[in-house]
Amino acid sequence: MTMDVNQLQAKLCEHQSAMFHQGFLDDQFSQLQKLQDESTPDFVLEVVTMFFDDSESILKNMARCLEQVPADFKQIDAYAHQYKGSSASVGAARVKNVCATFRPFCETKNLDGCMRCLQQLQQEYSLLKNGLQYLFRLQKDIKAGGGSFS
Amino acid sequence: MAMALETQFHVLAVDDSLIDRMLIERLLKTSSFNVTTVDSATKALKFLGLVEDELRNFESSVASEIHQDVVDVNLIITDYCMPGMTGYDLLRKIKESKSLKNIPVVIMSSENVPSRINRCLEEGAEEFFLKPVQQADVNKLKPHLMKSKSKEENEESLKNKRKDMEEIYSPNKTRLRCSS
Repeated sequence: MTMDVNQLQAKLCEHQSAMFHQGFLDDQFSQLQKLQDESTPDFVLEVVTMFFDDSESILKNMARCLEQVPADFKQIDAYAHQYKGSSASVGAARVKNVCATFRPFCETKNLDGCMRCLQQLQQEYSLLKNGLQYLFRLQKDIKAGGGSFS
Repeated sequence: MAMALETQFHVLAVDDSLIDRMLIERLLKTSSFNVTTVDSATKALKFLGLVEDELRNFESSVASEIHQDVVDVNLIITDYCMPGMTGYDLLRKIKESKSLKNIPVVIMSSENVPSRINRCLEEGAEEFFLKPVQQADVNKLKPHLMKSKSKEENEESLKNKRKDMEEIYSPNKTRLRCSS
């Protein structure tokens, strides 16, 4: 059952609005979209794909740091700071906000606190990834159907 | 050095984050800059022709002179927080270099730390941008580039003026060489 392009465009609009409204994405994501044009039609996809790779690697590294005995809190703090930066750069607002919560737990070497933060971070990342993959799928289908989106 | 009729400015962007490099490159290219990106301050110095080791004092001045003809960078924009050499260290090295000190330097940082900002500006940075960098920030760059371009031209014309004055006011000097 294929949806026509108009329906897809409506779905895209609704989904994108929801992602902004629910705080998954912020204005920086819009800035990325503005930087995309005919000469760089896949710019947003490229940056986000890079971000996904980066995220998965950082999350894995953070988990490893917490498994060490004793846990490497300095390194976790460094990773959280790095991840905060890259998520801010792509407009991943909720991920960015969770990154900011690590610091006090790292400073007080609170293992439980850090583990809870990491769990939350993994969850937020997963939700964001699903949301963005769906967004890109809709865009792809619209393009394939001969439509366009801003 | 041949001057192109249409000056396209060349910006060197330094950032250890791949995502931020992609972003800044896109932003700069949207403003019609030529862009080179590197992922560390050490690589930036190598690109600019400054060699950093025991041979610094002698070799680097030679190296930088050689490079001046090949590498023409009109502005350097660098992240502050980088492993190894920071953007601040890079700024200082550039301002200490005879051949590079006139290149405008802009610092970027994800953290809004007033003392950090002041330190950079005092060391000679033209601007300090908070990350994520926006189009509006990049739009502020052209005036700095125009200023340093016209500064170069002024210095050139002053040098020529002085030469002419010397000719006029020392009539007793015998010309040993034909005019070239």
